[in-house]
Order: sequence, then structure tokens, then C-alpha cells
Amino acid sequence: MTVSVDHFATVAELARALGPDTRVLAGGTLVMRDVNYGQAGAARLAYTTDPALTEIRAEAGRIVLGAGVTMAAVSARPELSFLAPVARQIGGPAVRSMATVGGNLFAPHPYGDFATALLARDGVAEMADGAARPLADLLARRAARPGFVRAVSLARPQTGEFRFRKVSRVKPKGVSVMSMAAWLPGAAGRITGARVAYGAMAEPPVRVAPVERALEGAALAAAAIARATAAATEGLNPPDDALASGWYRRETAPVHLRRLLEERAG
Amino acid sequence: MSKKPLSFTLNSRETAVFVDPGANLLDTLRRGVGDLSPKYGCGQGTCGACSVRIDGALHLACLTLAETVAGRAVETTAGLAAGPDLHPLQTAFMEGFAAQCGFCTPGMLMAAKTLLDRTPDPTRAEVIEAISGNLCRCTGYEPIVDAILTAAGRMRGRVAG
Repeated sequence: MTVSVDHFATVAELARALGPDTRVLAGGTLVMRDVNYGQAGAARLAYTTDPALTEIRAEAGRIVLGAGVTMAAVSARPELSFLAPVARQIGGPAVRSMATVGGNLFAPHPYGDFATALLARDGVAEMADGAARPLADLLARRAARPGFVRAVSLARPQTGEFRFRKVSRVKPKGVSVMSMAAWLPGAAGRITGARVAYGAMAEPPVRVAPVERALEGAALAAAAIARATAAATEGLNPPDDALASGWYRRETAPVHLRRLLEERAG
Repeated sequence: MSKKPLSFTLNSRETAVFVDPGANLLDTLRRGVGDLSPKYGCGQGTCGACSVRIDGALHLACLTLAETVAGRAVETTAGLAAGPDLHPLQTAFMEGFAAQCGFCTPGMLMAAKTLLDRTPDPTRAEVIEAISGNLCRCTGYEPIVDAILTAAGRMRGRVAG
């Protein structure tokens, strides 16, 4: 399938030009693969070199990542050190020089580890038209109502509150069998505002409300961890793919969740 | 659809070529420019055989839309040697039998150069991480890791000397 390609100087120009037969090119790690195999899925590619997309800024207790910020840039910024372990587990060095925050939000199963982490950080997408969309909504409806994301804002964590675990068969750059992210802030020894998200356990990455409920208000100790792991796959129907069956994902997710929570508990 | 003109710097030389819409950088380098050093392995970013440097950062040429390198500096393995003098990485690969079939070697060299430019004295773990996006089906990787460490030592010695 032959594609046409259009470059736009600004996000606004690109957003105006979006249509049903246009696919946005970000870092290229997923879109160009499809183009190379004649499966672009659209007649036109559109991309922008707007420098605003690569900005990283702090505002009102949150950090804002431009959609064009790469995994390599995330790894290199001291103020994003809590996200660096996530970014470093995505692909090899070349992929990380290319893959972007925005692209990861639209990466199909089983990709999307970074989106999983952002989801657990209360991520909110800033759309090109200025609207704000919680990532849970954006991810759930990304196929039907994608829009153009210009940036993602996320809560800035205190030290030690955030944990991420990627399970893959090949290390260090294998594709995820599953990924898990947990933001577990606490006061007086109790978890308040628990956020837990899974990648590759559903299409797309999802928040895991039963686990969050099991942890909310509890001390992160053996009893709460047991309740959380018992609820680890409640309501989920993990997909089969070449890396793992849904059965395997369902059976092993509680083990990985327990390890992640025990790590957070110290 | 008509071709587009594209100008960029390839191994410090101004280069101009016409590219098809949607063409990737690997095809452009190999078929358009005639630089056959980056290899086509998978076309999906898995093998790293097409690794090149764009503005000093490691990229996969097969996943790079060619027209996005307009005005930028592209480096391939073809530009590593200085005339008849091989780059220390190339010499170390040759002496250490770090290349067997040789197909992965250009990508390995570009990944290694990117590491050594930033980290002149890498640990073994850092070398392994640096080439984690490059597949080799011949060597078992150990000779490659050894060669990169050998080259790093020689390059530090050259600077110190």
C-alpha cells in the first residue's frame, strides 16, 4: 500500500488536517514497521516537528511531558528519575532514541509499558484542542476517539511511592508478557489513593480497581497484600498472543503483583 | 506519487537524493545513495542491523521516515574508518573474531560507538546494555563485548598518550 506523507510545522496545523484516512507518525517505531510491511492502515502519514512536543516542564505539583519526548530523554532527566526505570525497559538504545511518550499511548497490545506507568501516575492527556482527557478514558477509547495528544501531565511522586515491574521472556529488551505499575502514597502507615495499572493484561493498559480497593486505607503488610493478590485478575480476561496465553497471564499476575507490593513494603 | 528531494549530511558529506513518499532511511541509504553498510534484517526494529546515528543518537534506519532526516547529520559504518585506518572498534572486532557472518556487525559498531562517545570507560554490563538492541546469531556475543571493551581501552590510551 502506497502512502502519502505530509509534514506540518505546528501541532495545531496537524490537528486540523487529521482525518479518518490519516495516521500520525511520532517516533516511527510502530508506524514505520507497518509501512514497511505494506500495512500502514491509512493512505496518508502526517507528522510535525513542532518543538513544543519535546518540552518537559513542571507546573502545580505535576510534570508535563510533551508527546514527542523520547524514552531516551526521559531516562536522561533527573526530575524524571522515577520514570527512568520504566523508560529503560522499553526496547534497546536505538528504540529509546526514537519511541515517544505520545506514541506509547497508542501502541497496540502487548506494547504500552510507558502508558501503563503514566496511567498509574494519574496521567492526563492534553489534547491539541486544549481539552484534558484522563488517560483511562483516552486509552479505553483510543481506537474510536483517538484525537491528537500534545502532552501528558502526571503527578509528581514522593520517593519510594512508585513501583514498576516488567515481565518479559527476553532480557533486557523483550516485549512484555505483562507490566505492572503501582503508585501507593501513604499517610500514617496507610495507603491512601492507591493507583495500580497493568499493561499487556488487557487491550489497552488498564487500571485495576479491585486491587486498588483492596489496598485503600490498609497498611501495606501481609494481610493487605494477600487481599490484593487475591483480586489481582478480577474482572480481567487477558489476551492470548505469541508471548503468552491468557491463562498464563492470569495464573502468574498474582505472583508478580505480590512481588511488586512486597518490594514497595520493603 | 512524486518523489521528494532530500538533503542531509552523510558521514560529514553533503548528500542529496530523491525519495518516495513513505520511504525509510535504510532503503534511501542503500538504494538511493549507495551506502550498503547498514543492513536490512527485519524491517521492524527487532534486529538492529540497520542501526545508524542521527545527530549523534542511535536510530534504526528501517524505522526512520527518510524525509525526517532533512538537514540532519547521519553516520553509518561506512564513515568510521579514516582513509586506510580502521576505527579502533573495527580493528578490535577483526582481531577478536567478533564478526563471523558479519551481517550484524555494522549495527553493532554504531551501537558501540554511541556508547563509547558517551562512556569512554564502560563496564561490561554497560556494553551489554548498549548492544541489547542488536541481534547476533553467530558469535554468542562474548567476542563482541570483549572487542568493545578492548577498543575502549585502546581509545582511552590514545587520548591519554
